[in-house]
Amino acid sequence: MVGVQSIDGLFPTIPEKYKLKNTLNLPPPLTEWELDEQMEQLAGKTAVSPEYSLFLGAGRYDHYIPSSIRYLLGRSEFSTAYTPYQPEISQGTLQGIYEFQTLITKLLEMDIATASHYDGATALAEALLISLRKSKEKKSVAVSSLVHPHYRDVVKTYFSPTEYEIVEIPFTKEGRTDLDRMDSIENLAGMALQSPNFFGVIEDLKTAGEKIHGRDGILIVSFTEALAYGILKGPGSSGADLVVGEGQSLGIPKSFGGPGLGIFASTNDLMRSIPGRLVGKTRDADGKMGFVLTLATREQHIRREKATSNICTNNGLCAMTAAMYMASTGNTGIRVIAQQNHDKAEYLKQELKSAGFTIPFDGPTFNEFIVVIPNGQNTYQRLLNKKIVAGLPIEKYYPQLKDHYLLCATETVKKSAMDDLVRELAS
Amino acid sequence: MKEISELNLPEDIRYTKTHEWAKKIGKTIKVGLTDYAQNQLGDIVFVELPKIGESFSKGDEFGNVESVKAVSEIYMPVGGEVVAVNQELESTPELVNQNPYSEGWLIELKPTHPAEWDALLDKAAYLVELKG
Amino acid sequence: MNEKRGASGLILNEPLLWEKGSTGRCGISIPKNDVKTSPLDKNMTREGPGFPDLSEVDVIRHYTRLSQWNFGVDTGMYPLGSCTMKYNPKTNERQASLKGFNESHPFLPDALSQGALELIYSLENFLKEITGMDAVSLQPAAGAHGELTGMLLIHAYHRARENQRSKIIIPDTAHGTNPASAALCGYQPVNIQSGEKGILTAKSVAAIMDGDTAGIMVTNPNTLGLYEEELPEIAEHIHEKGGLVYCDGANMNALMGILKVRDLGVDIIHLNLHKTFSTPHGGGGPGAGPVACTKNIEPYLPIPRIVKKDNGFRLDEHHPESIGRIMTFYGHFGVMVKAYSYILSLGAEGLKKASRYAVLNANYIKEKLKDTYHLPYDRPCMHECVFSDENHRSYHVSTLDIAKRLIDYGFHPPTIYFPLVVSGAIMIEPTETESKEELDQFVEAMKAISDEAREHPEYLKNAPHLSKVKRLDETAAARKPCLCG
Repeated sequence: MVGVQSIDGLFPTIPEKYKLKNTLNLPPPLTEWELDEQMEQLAGKTAVSPEYSLFLGAGRYDHYIPSSIRYLLGRSEFSTAYTPYQPEISQGTLQGIYEFQTLITKLLEMDIATASHYDGATALAEALLISLRKSKEKKSVAVSSLVHPHYRDVVKTYFSPTEYEIVEIPFTKEGRTDLDRMDSIENLAGMALQSPNFFGVIEDLKTAGEKIHGRDGILIVSFTEALAYGILKGPGSSGADLVVGEGQSLGIPKSFGGPGLGIFASTNDLMRSIPGRLVGKTRDADGKMGFVLTLATREQHIRREKATSNICTNNGLCAMTAAMYMASTGNTGIRVIAQQNHDKAEYLKQELKSAGFTIPFDGPTFNEFIVVIPNGQNTYQRLLNKKIVAGLPIEKYYPQLKDHYLLCATETVKKSAMDDLVRELAS
Repeated sequence: MKEISELNLPEDIRYTKTHEWAKKIGKTIKVGLTDYAQNQLGDIVFVELPKIGESFSKGDEFGNVESVKAVSEIYMPVGGEVVAVNQELESTPELVNQNPYSEGWLIELKPTHPAEWDALLDKAAYLVELKG
Repeated sequence: MNEKRGASGLILNEPLLWEKGSTGRCGISIPKNDVKTSPLDKNMTREGPGFPDLSEVDVIRHYTRLSQWNFGVDTGMYPLGSCTMKYNPKTNERQASLKGFNESHPFLPDALSQGALELIYSLENFLKEITGMDAVSLQPAAGAHGELTGMLLIHAYHRARENQRSKIIIPDTAHGTNPASAALCGYQPVNIQSGEKGILTAKSVAAIMDGDTAGIMVTNPNTLGLYEEELPEIAEHIHEKGGLVYCDGANMNALMGILKVRDLGVDIIHLNLHKTFSTPHGGGGPGAGPVACTKNIEPYLPIPRIVKKDNGFRLDEHHPESIGRIMTFYGHFGVMVKAYSYILSLGAEGLKKASRYAVLNANYIKEKLKDTYHLPYDRPCMHECVFSDENHRSYHVSTLDIAKRLIDYGFHPPTIYFPLVVSGAIMIEPTETESKEELDQFVEAMKAISDEAREHPEYLKNAPHLSKVKRLDETAAARKPCLCG
């Protein structure tokens, strides 16, 4: 039928000299059962709870994920579909994402949210670029030194081929961004800070907003712990123009750091400047409610080099997961879970204080905070041997903060595990 | 889509090769998109226009019009300062489709070099362009 | 089965989430609190974000109904060109959900994440072998992110040589992501047209390549489904003037085990794990877009890199010439687990067979349909073929109408109106996982639609008829955007 004698004749346009003579050097194929065995063995080489007691956050958080969500994600009508280009047979994805967008606007108190971005860091980098494109003549942005260090690294990478300047704002004794230091910086198109910040401290967004708006710039609020807004006021209520961050806490497993969920929310004013897919509500030919991808003229497949971003595939299924999580907790549940996170972290903080440890920054925190562990490296190693991971040493990112550790306690951490941690640290 | 013979191309205005029209109103010039352009674009959903007071040279891009799946730049027929923009298009961009020569106008400008007017196409020359 | 596959069944209407439920319901088991509560400052808090309160069964029914309005690869043939919608083996899902992968924290000390690191290291080696390149980073989150990483590598390469350049050559058949990725790096895209055969000619590239051009972005096979025969010669012209060759590997499904792109003169390539290596697409991600490159570009790869030392695997950040970090952590690990499982299941012979069958299936469809649908480039194709609506325009029927009518026949429509070089393009990529019976049914459906176009064009104009909703008013959606409820 296709005009060739054998399957080898299928590639007449490829010159013989480029065709591989040998087979690829890959392991021999495995049966499903052999694969299970091999993968279980590999997976077994990673430390997870309950064997290990982990007090790690810093961008990936341990939260309970109900079985109902895992079950729903098994609906392959969601997972084996492509981006919903044919709306008539993609209404499931489209309504689901529309609901996600809506729940995110409620969580963050913003006007609109996109269908998702890759992760918090890449969303922040694109938000900063928007502030510069908007202002046209200004060439600098301010970024708090308490934005997650990896996020700041990603911003630097995105900015490296441009001529824009990133100015880092130092922090105060409270562990908050030193907003007064902004006053002397000229030419600012935007300002980004994270709340709760990398030290776990909740920032004064209102003052930040007043300062940057007074200079005709854009306030960008970033976050790594979305669950905090289950109880905190949304950044939109403090005047944020763009809110970008990580939604992993909303029902998505840590999975060694990815895939997570980039969240990108904005005011109506910036609607045509933001990157990525947007789902909008409309009607069909019979007048029935339905959903479509809309405002596509911002995007690369239409505007090509003039697009607001190059993003195409995003993290759609993770957005669906987050929507399922928010629907499952509801208003009542998310508030209780968020409160519990705060309760656990406060308990741990108080117990450490009572045991004589220094909590160097006294600003209000959510589920993470910094503690000084004297002789940190040895102590950390000693606890590792007891299968306790005592948070994240942050000296690597803040060389002046020797022996400072970032601890996290979520609703999954039991009191007994915290008591063990304090006892081991003190011994 | 309309055939060329079906297009509405008034005699009393001038045209550009990039499908804008220009009309003298006293000392200023009104600018819009031709019937051909609006028909090619299809349903227009958004129009981005400059601010009053901005100045451009002849041939500069001063805004763009969007349909659902296309974006088209719009260019200055003559150089000048923008003295008025059609605010109605913000909420009802479809006016460009419905009445491209009246309610669907885009901007009004004060020309920098009035002589640039003479280089614009009349209806006959524009028709030649379209058929080209 | 002789009946047309598309049928109407019982579809349940389902309101928006916030139109359901009742205050006080909760769909998650609330953990017990074993410490005393500690209120936050009232000025900082609020009475919750205003979500609806739903029970578990409310949530399950909601999403189950929504899922039934969707069409996935598991529902039926999904011949969406350039998207490689092949079947996704279920064992891959199982492996990715193993606790040791799923629950591993990216900030664990290296010694405690050896399983994850070993998997990444091995998968990087597999991709090196498949492409013939010297080094791989699995970090980019998706194809377009891989392209951006590739452009940053090119930028860093020229900067290190104090020879920064301002332009990049991109063919007219390129995906829109190519020029957009290049523009993010400040490059001015220079458009180049493909030749009469639907492929690039070395002559036309040589004519525009100069010392201010950073390189070329080329998709091979290109988006017409054609193999870029002159790529080695093109690469010579690019290299001669100090430029680099970037290959968009979105269409690698045609080439696994057939050739190594390195041999064609490619310096950098990105792959789409969610296409070629069958990690599902997720209705819009998450994907993964690893980049592979040659030795001279390796120093610029993003950090961290995975290295193997005597005492095991490590995340290594000490690469002073690196472009830096491109994601918060090491990319979409969960997606990598699935691609790794896929490669282990298929092995070298299996991958080669997949590519051969993908190409066989596309050529089969091309031959079966070329007498019915206009085929602008009648040449041996690779993994996809591109038709147009030219034969059907006289019935006032367009590509869109043909695509929408296919839905009624129970098939997902192909990619339409792309590539832009074919007016009214219908781009069909059947993939290797469709059987001959399935392909024959698809062909029959396409032929039946062609007959309908002639005899009953209104069937097409008003299609689809059997879907949950009819054609949607996209103009109204864009004029008065309603993006949240």
